[in-house]
Amino acid sequence: MRYAETGFNLEIDLTRGNIERVPTDPRDTAHYLGGLGTNARLMWDRVPPEVEPFSPENLLVFGTGLLAGTPAPGSNRTIVSSISPQTRLFAFSMMGGFWGPELKHAGYDKVVLRGKSPRLVYLWIHDDKVELREAEHFRGLGTLETAELIRQELGQPLAQVASIGLAGENRVFFASIEQGRSSASRQGLGAIMGDKNLKAIAVRGTKDLYIARPAEFMAHCNAALAYIEHREKNPITNVMPIMAGLGSPQEMRVHDEQWHTENFVWGNARHRRKGFWTKDIAAKWTDTMEQMRTRLLSCHNCPLKCGAAISVDTRICSYMMKCFSKLTYTMGAMSDLEFGLKIAQKATEHGVDAFSAPQTMAFAIELHEAGILTDADMAGWPPDPEGRFYWLLDHIVRREGIGDVLADGTHWAAERIGKGAMAYAHNNIKKHEQLPLKLGMLNPIYFLMYSTGEKINITQIEGNFPQQPFETRAEREAFVKDWEHVPDERFKQWFVEWEQRGEKSIPNYPPVDATCEIVHWQEMLHYIDDSVGLCAGLSSFPYKPPYHLHNLPSIISSGAGLDLDEAGLAHVIRRIRTLVRATNIRRGMRRKDDKPPEDHWKKRFPELEAKLLDRYYAFKGWNADGIPTRATLHELGLDFVAEELTRRGILKDDAAAASAPGASALATTRSAP
Amino acid sequence: MRRADGKTVKTIKIDVAKCNGCRACEVICAAFHAKPQYSSTNPARSRIRVIRDQVADLYLPVYAGEYTAAECAGRDKYVIDGREYEECAFCRASCPSRDVFKEPDSDLPLKCDMCESDPTLAEPLCVKWCLADALVFEEREVEVDKAAAIDDVDLGLRALAHVHGWQKVKDALSRLGGAGNEG
Ligand code: SF4
Ligand code: SF4
Ligand code: SF4
Repeated sequence: MRYAETGFNLEIDLTRGNIERVPTDPRDTAHYLGGLGTNARLMWDRVPPEVEPFSPENLLVFGTGLLAGTPAPGSNRTIVSSISPQTRLFAFSMMGGFWGPELKHAGYDKVVLRGKSPRLVYLWIHDDKVELREAEHFRGLGTLETAELIRQELGQPLAQVASIGLAGENRVFFASIEQGRSSASRQGLGAIMGDKNLKAIAVRGTKDLYIARPAEFMAHCNAALAYIEHREKNPITNVMPIMAGLGSPQEMRVHDEQWHTENFVWGNARHRRKGFWTKDIAAKWTDTMEQMRTRLLSCHNCPLKCGAAISVDTRICSYMMKCFSKLTYTMGAMSDLEFGLKIAQKATEHGVDAFSAPQTMAFAIELHEAGILTDADMAGWPPDPEGRFYWLLDHIVRREGIGDVLADGTHWAAERIGKGAMAYAHNNIKKHEQLPLKLGMLNPIYFLMYSTGEKINITQIEGNFPQQPFETRAEREAFVKDWEHVPDERFKQWFVEWEQRGEKSIPNYPPVDATCEIVHWQEMLHYIDDSVGLCAGLSSFPYKPPYHLHNLPSIISSGAGLDLDEAGLAHVIRRIRTLVRATNIRRGMRRKDDKPPEDHWKKRFPELEAKLLDRYYAFKGWNADGIPTRATLHELGLDFVAEELTRRGILKDDAAAASAPGASALATTRSAP
Repeated sequence: MRRADGKTVKTIKIDVAKCNGCRACEVICAAFHAKPQYSSTNPARSRIRVIRDQVADLYLPVYAGEYTAAECAGRDKYVIDGREYEECAFCRASCPSRDVFKEPDSDLPLKCDMCESDPTLAEPLCVKWCLADALVFEEREVEVDKAAAIDDVDLGLRALAHVHGWQKVKDALSRLGGAGNEG
């Protein structure tokens, strides 16, 4: 009997059209949970580093989190994994919505796709009946349009559909996989799906999903709901409105955008727009949002409603929006909200990432202004910025003319364009576009998160520890009073002592060792979420969430029938984290790649930064080049990884590194997987 | 708390505009009615179903009503904001013409029982789990004509009989007789 998970994966060979239902090993659940954890193990075992992103040997894995589909509020995540065309590293992008729970109810934990279909097809999963179906008649159609037509074609209004648009079909490096309420947007997984000639995966499931210890599990679910209700009524003070509550940033509800519009740097992350947020703009934008937003929408089994139905044409809901896509097009084009909401509809149908796409378009405009791209490159584009954005979007998703170059994202486009264009691709980590933020003083916590986070997306690493200290000590003391979430009392102390100015302020405070622990804690929570399928919006992302290190072991264990305590869960997560690291190390990633965008902070401190990396690597059990040591791998039961890295000449003698201080601090004795 | 000459009418007021489409109501209803309780969940077994049409921005929670042995002679077909819905799209009956409000494996009918349990819950669970307040519980007392009320067991048996035939049901009852097994 399997609990919370189904114990079966679907293995699809698209080249041969072969479909298999494969039982999984329950020991893998104990060692890697599900979602990201088991995806990482599959990718390590089956995708050697020689495999190119656009190769039939590359896998595309849709892995539901271990708890996805259970009654735990917000347990609805699917982690999509592959090798990213943009970073050429292991990609794991997460989507919420309704698709994951539906797959579980159909009787599968993962869909593992390999090969490449000779024709455009879609996968239809209806409980035990699974088939590949013709999709040539959907070629070029939008993501939501396709989903709707598939539901009609199948006569299955309740089917959940994840699909790609033109961008995915044309292998745009920042193509997304769209699922209506949610999407897997980052790192170009839509392009991998397009390369495999897979237009969509539609699912309908009607089977039971079992809970191992119902009384214990339901007590947690009810407590989480009650806590959410409490937090909705009692927002955190001292922080900006979108950080005060739970969930993803509440961009669909909150109208005051002064902070983002004036403090983020827009266009291609180049322009601060101080004084932008006037009364007139506030009124106009509020009006636009109120008129175009027809409803706030939640993901499966979650009360937070972070998304919204947006209406831009005659249809009542043209698409569903969430989070910062509200601002990225608007501010990338230096335009207004109505433009932003309208172009986002086209972009969602084409299926592109709402961070990378507008930044790449603004990048093209800047290159043109700088004379690096010429009028000949842009032949036929309109004079106004809005028109240019539409023109660029269209050319990118079709890979027409200059669009073919831009479709590879700012880094690869700059490389192809030359003539100094690389200086304009300045907002990337590991070749992937980031939040449009440029700041003054280096923040040591963010330095480590930006540099070492392998999700390569800051919002998927940051979280429970406040982004900056509150003004007064009294405010900080009030904040830590009911801060039960921290792993240890010391974290409260670090926050209380943290000042906005003076000796105990950034970059020298929190101290290096404290910084390592804070970053490790925040990252660990994200890895838990990505493995068990809980939404970060109820766990790793907001301040004081319902799920945290102290209740998660019991929630996971009672749901899935495991026996994890805090140390046990930390150990499993460390194993997953280390395996992800090793996968990228095997693909060539090293310390040299662990760095923030060069101009992210004006004031940099090379010595401090080196020390931060040294200590953090040691804390993680990695050597000075960021490679997990043999001792760490052994301790985590990853000897097979050590053997492979040794065989490839990556792991050499690391006797010295084996005594890394962090390794022993985190050590627990466990049996090897 | 039933009185001899009256009964409590339990109403759930559905404010469609407040529904955010989360399906928490379906998840908890199915889990509550699982045997053993909460040992599994499956929205396909839920006694509330959120009819969802993303494009039309339509989210309509519908409660499972009576089982009907025969499908309706006349059907209804709604057109809302220019979009045409399939026949009987918004019906709450468990009926032979479609697979809504039926156990997915046995086809037995599902009916909302207001989370009947001992001790009685303060409010039905779909209401409790709907933090959006799209579902609000109300109770009031009314007079009833006792003879007209159909007993739940009676109803269940009729449904079983419709699916499997009276003879099979009678056989099954005599096999089970006296076992006292609730499983
Ligand atoms: S918190 Fe928001 S994004 Fe997360 S599951 Fe709930 S509705 Fe979805
Ligand atoms: S729980 Fe409430 S908001 Fe969620 S789908 Fe049900 S009725 Fe709608
Ligand atoms: S009242 Fe109870 S039985 Fe009826 S639909 Fe709601 S949860 Fe289900």
